[in-house]
Amino acid sequence: MEAEKRYNYHALKVADNLCIGCTHCMQVCPTEAIRVRSKLAHINGTRCVDCGACVKACPTSAILIEHDDFNHIFKYEYRVALVPAVFIGQFADVYTTNQIYSALYELGFTNVCEVEHSVEILNEFAIEYYQNYQGEKPLISPYCPAIVRLIQGRFPALVENIMQVRPPVELSALYYQKKLLNKGIAPEQIGLFYVSPCAAKIAAVKNPISEQPGLFQGVINMDFLYNRVLRLLKNTTKPVELRNYKSSLTAKGVLWALTNGESDNMPGRTLAIDGIHNVIDFLELLENGEIHDVDFLELRACDHSCAGGILSHANRFLLVERMRKRAKRNADIKQNSDIRDIDKYKEYLTENGKTAEIPQLPMQNLDQDISKAIAKLQRQRKLMCFLPGIDCAACGAPTCSAFARDVVTRKADLSQCVFLQRMMEKHGKLSPEHAFKINEKIWGINRFEKDCYRKGAENENI
Amino acid sequence: MLIKLEYKISGGDFTRAGHASSEVKKNLKQLGVDPLIIRRVVVSMYEAEVNIVAHAYNGHIKVEIESHRIRIVLADKGPGIPDIEMAMREGYTTASQQVREMGFGAGMGLPNIKKNSDILNITSIVNEGTTVEIINNLQ
Repeated sequence: MEAEKRYNYHALKVADNLCIGCTHCMQVCPTEAIRVRSKLAHINGTRCVDCGACVKACPTSAILIEHDDFNHIFKYEYRVALVPAVFIGQFADVYTTNQIYSALYELGFTNVCEVEHSVEILNEFAIEYYQNYQGEKPLISPYCPAIVRLIQGRFPALVENIMQVRPPVELSALYYQKKLLNKGIAPEQIGLFYVSPCAAKIAAVKNPISEQPGLFQGVINMDFLYNRVLRLLKNTTKPVELRNYKSSLTAKGVLWALTNGESDNMPGRTLAIDGIHNVIDFLELLENGEIHDVDFLELRACDHSCAGGILSHANRFLLVERMRKRAKRNADIKQNSDIRDIDKYKEYLTENGKTAEIPQLPMQNLDQDISKAIAKLQRQRKLMCFLPGIDCAACGAPTCSAFARDVVTRKADLSQCVFLQRMMEKHGKLSPEHAFKINEKIWGINRFEKDCYRKGAENENI
Repeated sequence: MLIKLEYKISGGDFTRAGHASSEVKKNLKQLGVDPLIIRRVVVSMYEAEVNIVAHAYNGHIKVEIESHRIRIVLADKGPGIPDIEMAMREGYTTASQQVREMGFGAGMGLPNIKKNSDILNITSIVNEGTTVEIINNLQ
């Protein structure tokens, strides 16, 4: 129960004033976490893995990703931005890394650290972990928090395959925190702010596996910061004052967040899979015992990994190309070279490299009591005899089977199905007026009336 | 209370192999069965399902789920197993050199089912078929 409570934080929120109560988000959700009731999408916190598929599908941008107020950074004397490499990749080639960093300072940060600085140390730690691992393979990367959450909920038997290794952002944050503390700066003067490319990473920062939350003082959405930085860079009347920033990110660090970024650097037979539906398909096979002799899996929820993050604005194909170019430019930056301060903290980061045990959080059971669950499953299978199987979503659930599950767990009523309504009307068991009221409960009052301001209608956008 | 599931299996259709096991897995997850028990059930059933696809002409699977156990009976029409005791030995295989070079037929099939089941019964008549009964306790 304690674990469940801890994992209840989600970065995705439905904006009631923007949600038009359509079915797009509900239909794409890989864990069937969304239902429509009273003209609004509702996200079930037990099932949601913060993958953000709903954000991409929403036609009215009604699913928001909660972040902290930017001005919050000014509460701290030392304002550290932890920026992922994909952030630099957002900007066209005409802007140099130095310009982008300088703009971040101009916005008010006093220190900037790229998230993947810790990757060289992390990689060594992960390889050592791999070599000492005695359990069943493949080991699964814990890098993508949406995937970790998916496994906890949908593939709980595979939780033990997840490596207990902290993500790069936590290690880089620990490094910067330690560096400032070593200078004699008081802890309360330090503000660590993570710039996140997706919702899942926000949820993971607010609810880390490794410890109680509190390493970071705030999270800023990457698309928000992109706008702020680009505005400064576009301002030709008052150009950004250039600092002399030199990137010390290695090529491995630049590429880490892209597909194959980890798998190319792990021993044994490794595989990289991106896209949450691809990952689900593969985990099904793995769970069935159909996959043999794979040693390491890099699994990422987004297509093209973090380049396809929901807060990544740039076209992901161009972004990947830009990042590969940057990796080539950075090829001669080596670990332990003079410009890499982080490598001096290797011992400290390695000591803190491991996460606590990852709990299972099963999301699919119908009842805690197996006998009751069997009765419910039996009823659910009987209900499927009557439901049309076309997954029209008019009941407010994404599929007929999800609806049947809702009925047996008392979250929905059978009369919400429009097919069953017609049958009940035919047999005189339901009046058309009553059926209409039921539908209004799901889709909203006046929803069935003519509305020329609807998306795609005559007066759209007026 | 008892849940009955049934599946037909066509010999030689490898593209569908594993479908029945996946379906049973989905049901067990909804019942909140311990994930590690589910894993045992699915691994043993998958192995037996693939055996039908690989060796038999056709078969059917009957699954009974009760609160304390799951019983899976896989019956096929096929060549049968001449010596079950031999087939149960790790490393014993009827697969050709060619098949083994492809990474299959290492002689781990039946031993793997045995390892992942609480009770395993195999009966077989040569040139008629094989029936495999797998029982796993759920609690």
